[in-house]
Amino acid sequence: MKFAVIVFPGSNCDHDAHYAVTQVLGQQSALIWHKDTDLQGADVVILPGGFAHGDYLRTGAMARFSPIMREVQAFAERGGPVIGICNGFQILLEAGLLPGAMLRNRGLKYRCEHVHVRVETTDTPATAGAYKGQVLTIPIGHGEGNYYAPPDLLKRIEDNQQVVLRYTTADGRLDDDANPNGSVNAIASVCNDRRNVVGMMPHPERACEPALGGTDGLVILQSIVKALTTA
Amino acid sequence: MRARVFVTLKPSVFDPQGRTIVEALHTMGYGDVGDVRQGKYFELEIETTDSAKAKAMAAEVADKLLANPVIESYRVEIV
Repeated sequence: MKFAVIVFPGSNCDHDAHYAVTQVLGQQSALIWHKDTDLQGADVVILPGGFAHGDYLRTGAMARFSPIMREVQAFAERGGPVIGICNGFQILLEAGLLPGAMLRNRGLKYRCEHVHVRVETTDTPATAGAYKGQVLTIPIGHGEGNYYAPPDLLKRIEDNQQVVLRYTTADGRLDDDANPNGSVNAIASVCNDRRNVVGMMPHPERACEPALGGTDGLVILQSIVKALTTA
Repeated sequence: MRARVFVTLKPSVFDPQGRTIVEALHTMGYGDVGDVRQGKYFELEIETTDSAKAKAMAAEVADKLLANPVIESYRVEIV
C-alpha cells in the first residue's frame, strides 16, 4: 500500500507522517512536493500539519492553489481516500473538499496539548478500525482550529453523520471545558458526504509509539490501512 | 487603477480578536465603544483605465482568494 504525503512550503509534520507510515505501519510512502503534478500511483493521500505558505491570508488559503492540489482533487473525486491533519484539514476546507471553515481559537491562544476525542462514526477511512464512542487521547497543536459551519450547513453535516471526532472529557462526555478551541458542536474532525475525505485537528502521527507518550493515534493510522485492505 | 478590498467576518460569525480589542478599550476607559470587528484591507494595483473592469476583477479576486465565503464578506472600492 502506498501513501503520498504532500509537502508544502511550511509543512512541518510531513516527515512525522512519512515516518509513521513507513516505520510504524510498515507501508510505502512518498513525500511529494506541492509543485509536482503526479501522485505517483498512491492509494491514499495525506495532507500533513504545519504552516503551508506561512499561513498568510488564512490558514490553507494559498496551499489550495498549489499544482498538486488539482491531482488531489481529482483523486478525491475518483473516491480515493484523502486525510488532512491539522493544517491539512484547513487546506481541505479552503479547497472546498470539506464543508465549513476555521476561525481563530476561541481564547486566541495556540493550544498544544493532549486532548480526548470521541469517535462518532466508523464509516470513514480514518476510523474504520475504531468503535463508535471510543475515546482517543491524541495531541493537538493549533491556533486556528475553531471549526465553524453556518446553521444550515451544520445541520446537514450532523444529519449525514459527517462528524468523525468530537472533543470530549476522558470518559467521553461533552463538556465545554473539554473543547480546546470553541469549535461548534465540539467538532474535531469531519468528512465529506462521500466519506472518503477526512480532516482532523488532532495529530495521530504524534501518538503512534509509546516513546511519543501515547499510541491512540495508531487507531486512526491503522484504520486507513484496514479501510484500504477491505475496500 | 487602484482597488481597495475590505474583508470582514460575517455578522453571524464570532470574532474573538474584535472581542479582545473591545475589552481592552473598555479597560482603557472607552466605555462608549460598543463593538469592534477586526477585518482585512487590501490595495490592488490593476493595469486598466476601465473602472468597471477593475471593480469586476477585484471582486473576482476577492471571491476566489481574499475572502472565504463561508465566514467572510467583502466590499470593493475603486479609487
